[in-house]
Amino acid sequence: MKKILSIIALVTIAIFVVPKESNAQCKSFAKKVCKMELLPYVHDGIYNATVLSEGETAELYKTFYSGQQYRIAVCGAKDLPPIHFQVLDADRNVLYDNEKDNYSTTWDFTLDASQQLLISIQVETSDELSDEILSGCVSVLVGFFNKEDTFDQN
Amino acid sequence: MKVNRFLIFMVIIGFVFVQNACQSSNESNNLESEINQGIDTTALEAKEKAQKVFYSLPSPIETALLLKRAGAKFNDEYLNPIDNSTKYTSTKKMALNLGVYSADLSFVSMFDQSQYSVKYLSAVKKMADELGVLNAVDQSIFDRMDKNMDNPDSLMEIISETFMNSDAFLKENDRVETASIVLVGGWLEGLYIASQIAKATENNKEIIQRIIDQRTALETLLNLLEEYKDNQDVKDVIAYLKELKVLFDKIKVTTTKQEVVTENGKSVIKSDTKTEFKDEDINELFEKVIEIRSEIVS
Repeated sequence: MKKILSIIALVTIAIFVVPKESNAQCKSFAKKVCKMELLPYVHDGIYNATVLSEGETAELYKTFYSGQQYRIAVCGAKDLPPIHFQVLDADRNVLYDNEKDNYSTTWDFTLDASQQLLISIQVETSDELSDEILSGCVSVLVGFFNKEDTFDQN
Repeated sequence: MKVNRFLIFMVIIGFVFVQNACQSSNESNNLESEINQGIDTTALEAKEKAQKVFYSLPSPIETALLLKRAGAKFNDEYLNPIDNSTKYTSTKKMALNLGVYSADLSFVSMFDQSQYSVKYLSAVKKMADELGVLNAVDQSIFDRMDKNMDNPDSLMEIISETFMNSDAFLKENDRVETASIVLVGGWLEGLYIASQIAKATENNKEIIQRIIDQRTALETLLNLLEEYKDNQDVKDVIAYLKELKVLFDKIKVTTTKQEVVTENGKSVIKSDTKTEFKDEDINELFEKVIEIRSEIVS
């Protein structure tokens, strides 16, 4: 009976505690690893990170403003296969694809017109034959360049 | 005795299963409500395919930078007075005003008003502490701010870290509703400051353009909040935003097809935008923003 109670207690603790622990690891991952990829751009302070498994996808919608210089950083935990990301416009036309850029983790750009863009992310599947499905933190951070010059007022 | 302990454990296990079941049910209800709201079918199909969908909301730091670059001048009358921070006792008011004070902190720091930075950082800390956001602003942040008063880039970095701490804490502790309300507060304060600056500035074309640009951010906010509309605080905030949407919808913006070109080694998303509006529509928008902001900080 004691053994059964111990198992139930362990399962309960695991259900309550483990998801929070993996999330906490994503915060640390985003802060210590992905934020570094943004430098010298200033992170906008918005936290986007989650645990994804190979083959899984995520999307992020964000408004970007004309005249600003941006860097998007998409980072995956080191054990994960490469992270494939695309930047799409509102009609889902592909504006950037990191697969054609050797799976670069960052993309720098500016815009002529302010608009909402979509960042589509997929964890590629591993080439290695294994029964285990790899999963880990994936973070998407946006930075902008804090330049002092002003916009044209005319 | 052993039987009693066993029963307690079974109740806990039962609770966990019920909680998980409720979460799944909420997710499917949210999806259903999105369908009923008539969201664009293509976008919905795409969303269903993606396992996780994020809405990255406008950052108060970015709004402050946009205003500065648009030629805005600092005026402390635009800020929410620090003394008001003792008035906020409900979760909704504290969350909204955590956003408001965060935007004010960005605004004073971006405009090199170091005499206000520590005061507004203290207001941010007070709101975050009262919302139960642990370690969003600790003593080390104050110390670093003190040491970097003359270094705008470092100040921005410190403020960015503060935002990330509270945003991540709320999101990772299943308080996404509260995190979203904080960002709405910050966004509305940025819009309020921009409206006040536009009203006080003769050559305000660029600032008005920045205000009009917020229409897509408003869409993003509404899409996010719709997922939590069963929460009364979120419902109240949606009502504010829908009042603004009616006025933003009077402004017509058309954008041509986009293409990416490389200029001086940098990627540029090229397109042309045409904006049409009447002065009275913009003035009506300003007045509505001022009215909503007044309710938030009262």
